[in-house]
Amino acid sequence: MKKLLLATAAGALLAGAASAEEIKLGMSLGFTGPLESMAPGMAAGAELAMKEVTDSGLLLDGSTVVPVQGDSTCIDAAAATATVERLITAEGVKGIVGGMCSGEAIASLQNVAVPNGVVMISPSATSPALSTIEDNGLFFRTSPSDARQGEVMAEIMIEKGIQNAAVTYTNNDYGKGLADAFAAAFQEKGGTVTVNSAHDDGKADYSAEVAALAAAGGDALVVAGYVDQGGSGVVRAALDTGAFDTFVFPDGMVGQALVDNFGSEIDGSFGQNPAAEGEGREKFLEMAKAAGFDGTSAYSAEAYDAAALMLLSMAAAKSSDPNVWKNNVMDVANEPGEKILPGELAKGIEILNGGGDIDYVGASSIEMVGAGETAGVYREIAIENGELAVIGYR
Amino acid sequence: MDILNALVAFLNFVFIPAAAYGAQLALGALGVTLIYGILRFSNFAHGDTMAFGTAITILTTWGLQSLGVSLGPLPTALLALPVGIAATALLVLGTDRVVYRFYRAQKAAPIIFVMASVGVMFIMNGLTRLIIGVDDQRFDDGARFIINVRDFREWTGLAEGLALRSTQVLTLVVTAIVCAALFWFLNRTKKGKAMRAYSDNEDLALLSGIDPERVVRMTWIIAAALITIAGVLYGLDKSFRPFNYFQLLLPIFAAAIVGGLGSPLGAIAGGFLVAFSEVAVTYPWVKVAGYLAPGWEPAGLLQLLGTEYKFAVSFVILIVVLLFRPTGLFRGKSV
Repeated sequence: MKKLLLATAAGALLAGAASAEEIKLGMSLGFTGPLESMAPGMAAGAELAMKEVTDSGLLLDGSTVVPVQGDSTCIDAAAATATVERLITAEGVKGIVGGMCSGEAIASLQNVAVPNGVVMISPSATSPALSTIEDNGLFFRTSPSDARQGEVMAEIMIEKGIQNAAVTYTNNDYGKGLADAFAAAFQEKGGTVTVNSAHDDGKADYSAEVAALAAAGGDALVVAGYVDQGGSGVVRAALDTGAFDTFVFPDGMVGQALVDNFGSEIDGSFGQNPAAEGEGREKFLEMAKAAGFDGTSAYSAEAYDAAALMLLSMAAAKSSDPNVWKNNVMDVANEPGEKILPGELAKGIEILNGGGDIDYVGASSIEMVGAGETAGVYREIAIENGELAVIGYR
Repeated sequence: MDILNALVAFLNFVFIPAAAYGAQLALGALGVTLIYGILRFSNFAHGDTMAFGTAITILTTWGLQSLGVSLGPLPTALLALPVGIAATALLVLGTDRVVYRFYRAQKAAPIIFVMASVGVMFIMNGLTRLIIGVDDQRFDDGARFIINVRDFREWTGLAEGLALRSTQVLTLVVTAIVCAALFWFLNRTKKGKAMRAYSDNEDLALLSGIDPERVVRMTWIIAAALITIAGVLYGLDKSFRPFNYFQLLLPIFAAAIVGGLGSPLGAIAGGFLVAFSEVAVTYPWVKVAGYLAPGWEPAGLLQLLGTEYKFAVSFVILIVVLLFRPTGLFRGKSV
């Protein structure tokens, strides 16, 4: 007993005024639902950053970080809201990595996170609606807004000499946001959108949708959908009826499944998806491999960055209270300061503890703009001889 | 030239898809109408029985494909079809034995049968998902096209392309054969006549020595064949997904009721009527109008309803028919 008392006293002396605590970070990701194959990679990315910080023992006098997982389902806003409610009120988390999909993220942010004053950093919700949402400075994201993707897509199309295009989008927040952003950017650059219509996922037959798109016409068809869902159905029906030969694919469509489904039938089509390159990404992939998961899994790097940003901001604010450290997120993410890559979180916290400045680069080349979202680097791809070819980065 | 273009656009986007879809609905509606005519209830489990039969056929097709069996240009699923029909027949005979026979013996009111069939629907729903899962499955193989868009354009030099998929032709051919066989069976064979007699007047049929249980069994077996063929053709032409088959229930019932419940000819006419209405109402006619009257076409798309409202068309047809002609076009039984 005496020894224990002594040890405690010694510990208290060492720790000084602030004492070590157990910081809980929530994760509201779609572990079930239409993107359930992506969620485990994202959770692994976020947990990697938490473990790194815990192991360093430097954050807020040796505090430990404990991840708490919650299922946001990706499509059920009510379920996501309940999950975030539980994370905040029952678990007492100091920040949440999530939500995963735009609609569900908006609902849980407005209904629970903002009223309770807890920060959410989403790795993957890309709807432009989240840029202008009333968030009291509590929402950030490590993925770019689709408004930016719409611009990039319009730019590529104009360069290729496509002046008018038909647009079809999957009937949800992601599809609608992206389609509207693209239509606005394309028209601004002098292009014409002949029709902008929705398709529902999970139908057997898209010939009626394609008939409507074909009647409106256009040099190319922009398919803002999902490759495992209606997006491929629309492309199939358009190819079968000869309605369109050239397709433009945003991020939901760019994947191996696309060329597996269509091969050289879609030669000459092109697209883009967010993908950072550079030293940070290489380093993250190595760390992921060492930790036993696939770092190339979509939005895994962004999830690592989301968790890392939260913890670095706590170090900068010298507090784990979300209402205090929310003001430090932009400073930590942007210049000036020492550049911090994945695996260097300990170094970053040390600098911040010493009162210095850092510029977190992370696994996905974080650079926060506007209302707290990354500017975003996009990879331009084209389909040549039935293969996905990377043309360049924008 | 412009009139030809208009015609090709019409064929490509309206006539051919609607004809194939209509044939699939007609086969489904034939099954519904047969069960209604003879067993005297609306079978709500129809769509999910279709999904079950198709699932079994798909699994058999995969088995055949892995053995290297194929039918050349025709889909392998045709070979697997008898297995699917047999399995479905066993399933519906089993449900009849376990569920419907009990109510028949009690001479229960038709509404009780309908409610029992809703229960059966949920069980089959789960059964299909246990067997093959909820996802999209594609199982068509063989030649995809009879007329390909690019070839057609090169041949004719027209601006509009025409595509004719082999599954669309297959659907129409198989439907024609099945309908002919069914009518021959109902009108010419002794068993068929017994079925019609039972349908017209149960007591009289009993007095003249017709075994009711045999008629019921026969009906289920024929219905199982119609159901499975309809499901497999729909799956080949579009894609298989259990939930979509459940949704097919509405247009199939609309088709059977429009034609007149209990009337096989009505079911076929109803199937095509519903399919053509669905496609024609949601098709934007601006392109066809542009070819027919160049310079006069309006700025809009000339589309009566958005494609999202496709199912609304079936509902409207259903309501109009029930209000103004409850016995349907071909004077079937009143609902």
